[in-house]
Amino acid sequence: MSNKNYTRREFIRNLSVTALAGLSLPLLSSCSREEAEDFLQKHFLEMTEEEKERVIAKLEQRYLEQYGRKFQISTQEALPETLWGYGLELSRCVGCRRCVYACANENNTSRYARQLHWIRVLRLKRGNLINLEDSEHYYAPETVPEKGFIYLPVQCQHCQNPPCVKACPIHATWQEPDGIVVVDYNWCIGCRYCIAACPYKGRVFNWAEPNLPKDEVNPNVHYLGNRPRMKCAVEKCTFCIQRVRAGRYPACVEACPTGARKFGNLLDPKSEIRYIIERKRVFRLREDLNTESRFYYFFES
Amino acid sequence: MESLQGLLRETWHFYKKTLILVSRGSKIYYAWCFSLLAIIIAGFIFYWKQHEMGLLETNMTDQVSWGLYIANFTYLVGMAAAAVLLVIPAYIYQFKPIKEIVVLGELFAASCMVMAILFVMVDLGRLDRFWHMLPFIGSMNFPASLLAWDVLALNGYLFLNLLIPIYLLVKSYYGKKPNWKFILPFILLSIPWAVGIHTVTAFLYNGLAARPFWNASILAPRFLASAFCSGPAIIIIIFQIIRRVSAIKIEDSALFKVAELIAYSMFLNLFLLGAEIFKEYYSGTVHMASFKYLFEGLHHHNELVPWIWAAMAMNVTAFILFLIPSTRKRLSTLNLGCLLIIVGVWIEKGPGFVIPGFVPDPLGEIHEYVPNLVEFMVSFGIWALGLLIFTLLMKVAIPIETGEFSHTEYEKERPYLRPH
Repeated sequence: MSNKNYTRREFIRNLSVTALAGLSLPLLSSCSREEAEDFLQKHFLEMTEEEKERVIAKLEQRYLEQYGRKFQISTQEALPETLWGYGLELSRCVGCRRCVYACANENNTSRYARQLHWIRVLRLKRGNLINLEDSEHYYAPETVPEKGFIYLPVQCQHCQNPPCVKACPIHATWQEPDGIVVVDYNWCIGCRYCIAACPYKGRVFNWAEPNLPKDEVNPNVHYLGNRPRMKCAVEKCTFCIQRVRAGRYPACVEACPTGARKFGNLLDPKSEIRYIIERKRVFRLREDLNTESRFYYFFES
Repeated sequence: MESLQGLLRETWHFYKKTLILVSRGSKIYYAWCFSLLAIIIAGFIFYWKQHEMGLLETNMTDQVSWGLYIANFTYLVGMAAAAVLLVIPAYIYQFKPIKEIVVLGELFAASCMVMAILFVMVDLGRLDRFWHMLPFIGSMNFPASLLAWDVLALNGYLFLNLLIPIYLLVKSYYGKKPNWKFILPFILLSIPWAVGIHTVTAFLYNGLAARPFWNASILAPRFLASAFCSGPAIIIIIFQIIRRVSAIKIEDSALFKVAELIAYSMFLNLFLLGAEIFKEYYSGTVHMASFKYLFEGLHHHNELVPWIWAAMAMNVTAFILFLIPSTRKRLSTLNLGCLLIIVGVWIEKGPGFVIPGFVPDPLGEIHEYVPNLVEFMVSFGIWALGLLIFTLLMKVAIPIETGEFSHTEYEKERPYLRPH
């Protein structure tokens, strides 16, 4: 009797061990070392310096193979005593969308089979600014500006009180000390709750593997910014983190032909953005939602 | 040692008998299970395509970023929460006809929970990073993110609704009285927890100031009221099937009691909806746009309009059927009412609730969304899987409930195992 029992118990044990091995074997063998590393990659803020270096080296190798270019991937941290703010003079915007395409070129966004843009320019009938329901997102006249319309460019407003960061279930998006709201593209699980939470439509999603032609890549990238992304992770404007932390203006600011876009350090009393806030009539979109955005629209006073 | 061997033997016997129970049945049983299996496999194939290519395979966009999956998820959380309508009369008021079937209701809740969780999983873009969400292992944004709350609430409810019925069934299998001191706290906990899962799911939407359509404090009560319609409605249908195909006895009075509860809930549901419609239409602010899109169409976009009015008609008809005792207590009209509610509430709080939240989007863009074949097939697959799980659970639970499958039977076969 007891003999039979042991056989049975052994049988169960053997069965479960075999099943476990059998199940994990194809998983392990189909999974290269690199894939396993990708799978187990830590949250960016929890990585040690060595781990960051290893991840950067791996990414540079991968981008070299994929795009045939040597990438410079920065992990530069926020500059001290810096809080970035943005100004946009509505009375100057002519709706040419040069900022939109300068942004796409700078930030390596997917070009087709979901073309992604981090800036959206809305065309509004004169006489209305708050109710965006009558706005036109896909206006395409021969020339701009058009009579009777004004243009309202919208991108991530880098709120001091960001609803998207609050919504994210896994801390995949957060606010840096210089106020920039960033995403760890390798940590995002693609639930899109942040997209639902954002009142400015500041976030877009890579619905498939992004399509970025080899000859259009920008190889000067930041890990938390414009490095080429992967499918099914969320992305957004980072005020060109790769540029502003290296002392340059965001690409949209440089591209604007009318000089409607301003950028600077809110903590520096001598900065242009502080000058604007103190002397012009500024307002922020959806102030009623208490997001405390750092994106100031203004008119010539 | 001897007792451990006995326990192992007994457990092995239990599993073996369980496997035999679920693998044997009538022709209809086989046909049912294999059709479900076929739908599950088809759904999985479509899901695999979506997994490989990305969510581009669905019709979701940056404008309407949640669709059929999250709609089904919302509905199923309500279904699961509705088991509480059986738990309260059974354990608190000791209403005998319901007490006899409450275990089946809890297993139904567990099956719904599995489906709801699966609907979230298929909606995730990166299922490979699912572990980022696990408490302690990943980096859960708790308590700030309502989605983190939902993960905990849903899994907790799934645990409770497996623990309670399995404990009671195993005790019943051994012919022993359950230790109420042990299980009653869990049962009592499951009542507020049921309300909790649906409240947290409502808050998930409710907390988004960016979406005025969802940002209404009436949402959680509305969710509960509609859940207490659709959940019991499907339970009434399931119980009638169970009593037809098995030896278990379910009295009509139990069904009528549940139907009466549905009538009250439907009244509340319609009242709360009316209150919201009044507020939106009378004040007539720009926040009314989503309501307008749903009920009248917005700027010639009116895809949801026929659906929501069909749902309204179904809900009101069912309410009248369940309000009048003579139609409530006739099985034909009772079942008609149940079907109307199941479909009506699905439209109202599934697509009719999720999609208008995104139309128009925060920058005023109107983008219409219709689910595509992939989304439909994956959804059918998950529904089929839930039904299969529930069927197999019933195949074991019912014989235990009726006493056909018990430890005593086993003892009769092996008299030497009896205690001295």
